[in-house]
Amino acid sequence: MAEHAAAPLGGRLLTPVTVLLGALAAVAGIILLFRFFHGLGAVTNLSDGYPWGIWIAYDVVVGSALACGGYAIALLVYIFNRGEYHPLVRPALLASLFGYTLAGASVIFDLGRWWNVWHIFWPGYAQPNSVMFEVAVCITAYIFVMWIEFSPVFLEKLGMKDARRKLSKVLFFFIALGVVLPSMHQSSLGSLLVIFGRQIHPLWQAGWLLPLLYLMTAVLLGFAVVIFEAAAASTGFRRSTETAILARLSGLMFWLLAAYLVVRVADLVLRGALGSAFAFSLEAVMFWLEMIAFALPLLLLGSRAARARPSRLFVSAVLLMAGGFLLRINGFLVGYQTGDGWHYFPALPELLVTIGLIAFEVLAYIVFVRRLPVLPRAAAAAR
Amino acid sequence: MDRRNFLKASAAGGGLLAAGAGTPAHARGNREVPPEALGLLYDSTLCVGCKACVAACKQANGMPPEFSTEEHLWDTPLDISGRTLNVIKVYRSGSARNKDREQDGYAFIKKSCMHCVDPSCISACPVSAMQKDPRTGVVSYDKDACIGCRYCVAACPFGVPRFTFESATPQISKCQLCRHRWKDGGYAACAEVCPTGATLYGRLTDLKQEAARRLAAKPGAPMVYPRGRLGGPDQSYPGVSAAYVQHLYGEKEFGGTQMVMLAGVPFEKLGYPGLPPVSDASSSETLQHTLYGGLVMPVAFLGLLSWVARRNVKSADDEEDPHHG
Ligand code: SF4
Ligand code: SF4
Ligand code: SF4
Repeated sequence: MAEHAAAPLGGRLLTPVTVLLGALAAVAGIILLFRFFHGLGAVTNLSDGYPWGIWIAYDVVVGSALACGGYAIALLVYIFNRGEYHPLVRPALLASLFGYTLAGASVIFDLGRWWNVWHIFWPGYAQPNSVMFEVAVCITAYIFVMWIEFSPVFLEKLGMKDARRKLSKVLFFFIALGVVLPSMHQSSLGSLLVIFGRQIHPLWQAGWLLPLLYLMTAVLLGFAVVIFEAAAASTGFRRSTETAILARLSGLMFWLLAAYLVVRVADLVLRGALGSAFAFSLEAVMFWLEMIAFALPLLLLGSRAARARPSRLFVSAVLLMAGGFLLRINGFLVGYQTGDGWHYFPALPELLVTIGLIAFEVLAYIVFVRRLPVLPRAAAAAR
Repeated sequence: MDRRNFLKASAAGGGLLAAGAGTPAHARGNREVPPEALGLLYDSTLCVGCKACVAACKQANGMPPEFSTEEHLWDTPLDISGRTLNVIKVYRSGSARNKDREQDGYAFIKKSCMHCVDPSCISACPVSAMQKDPRTGVVSYDKDACIGCRYCVAACPFGVPRFTFESATPQISKCQLCRHRWKDGGYAACAEVCPTGATLYGRLTDLKQEAARRLAAKPGAPMVYPRGRLGGPDQSYPGVSAAYVQHLYGEKEFGGTQMVMLAGVPFEKLGYPGLPPVSDASSSETLQHTLYGGLVMPVAFLGLLSWVARRNVKSADDEEDPHHG
């Protein structure tokens, strides 16, 4: 276990990279301030035909799926008892923590009547038949659970051994919650589309299979992001990659991906929706991009030898992230059509807010791993 | 132990998923029409496109004018919006010479809330800001409850709820069947002012009977047309029956609506799509109830995972014990 103990990386916080990230975050902050005084219309291209834009489709739906690393790894380590992946737990959890916290924050920015947000949790207002209700409650609960799961890191830093020991006695419950909650809301993010009925293009209106498709890709994205982050951290912080672990991880990813593609394609065939993939349309093009992004990793990771090559792992991870991104953007924006005459492409300030939020997330991650015991110690020493 | 646990957890998890994805255990079906459902009957063949209803709706709901012409002379909304709850649109084809004809013809059509029997907007709303009156079936909106998430805007198959994006304190706008006018003995302003009875207010059962009477009549046969409100003071006038498309829009579509419509031109041409008889709300809620009904599955899942995690956390996470990991 000793070689798995985590330690702060140390090092300078003020670098050109962190300054740039800070600046991007500040720009987003200013735009958001403007939004709260002048309304959503002042900074976004939202309309009654596209009432949801990238702040929902990307920041929440894609953002939270990209933040599933913690969920996917916890599932492996604690539920399937694959202790060998343990060194990945903390970094993955940290990235998830930020990803989700910011996804939650984006919801507030996007809500027109944000001062009423507590109604979601208030008996008398709360409306449990709504998929949105389920998503909102689960995501909020999960954010709290993740902070609790992560709190041993703070307790270690503060040297509070006693509290740490007490917490570890009940931690199993929060870990279980930390698997149940994302399973629920990641699938429900897909279920959000069910009520849109025919307003969603047949290529993405999978009906009652939507929750399964979104859940499977959320776990896939979780694994992909862990691989991506490990690679990014090893270049950024000049640490050795945990290639052996990642190779094994990508083996699991391979089989899950194969299963996903079987379900996805079978559903399209059975619903008779595949024909529209051969039409000459934006939807068809986006569909093929999505499918290629999912299918290529299946070829790239086909053999054990291929999975041992970091470059292949990295490319596959990026492709999978792109696939998960496209599935969601296609479902929520490209494939959403509520009648003629409506168009949507994000406005510049709208994009800048999303970019600023991502920048803020990366910045916070850097600060945390440099100051708190997150990354495995052995690798840190090799820096 | 490692492998055994793995298999056990996989099997149990798979079982739960299968149970969830399998036959819907809580199929909820469409909602029923409320006993004293109120609504509107819009007859496109009677509408002369005067837009008196558009003006009356604005006035009754205290909404500002909207301009689509260069000189801002009078209210000219092109569509319903955050400031317009009701518009009359026109269909045109070819020379547009004949009223209510699909070829070389034109026809008017009303756009406002359909007051669905099983509305998507209500099922979507996470905070009960959209409500359906259990007696009258009128679909109302409460801005003090609303969080402004716009799920209702996205969900409504008719594109009815609109949002005031330009405001810092935005809200949803949609027709509420003028329920605020009831206490003074008023009713739907659009029906009240309609000179030809093209928009007619009343109980849904009466409106449907009236529609059946019109559909049964021979084109060109003499007809008596009521105006205003069915069951109110008699304002009827004699006319001639039109050539209808034999279809009462809203009778079956989407589980039924409380605004129903007649026309001489197929409804797809008028911007009202063919919709399946099953409401999207019932599909969505059946799915949710199957997965989360009584929280049975989530709690069972949590119990199972807690049990598994409890055994595994010890072996994987105990920092004090150097033998594990
Ligand atoms: S037409 Fe739309 S807004 Fe009106 S009741 Fe039906 S779903 Fe709700
Ligand atoms: S915008 Fe308001 S009324 Fe519409 S679903 Fe959201 S909370 Fe409900
Ligand atoms: S019932 Fe009232 S609010 Fe609804 S369209 Fe008619 S006038 Fe407007």
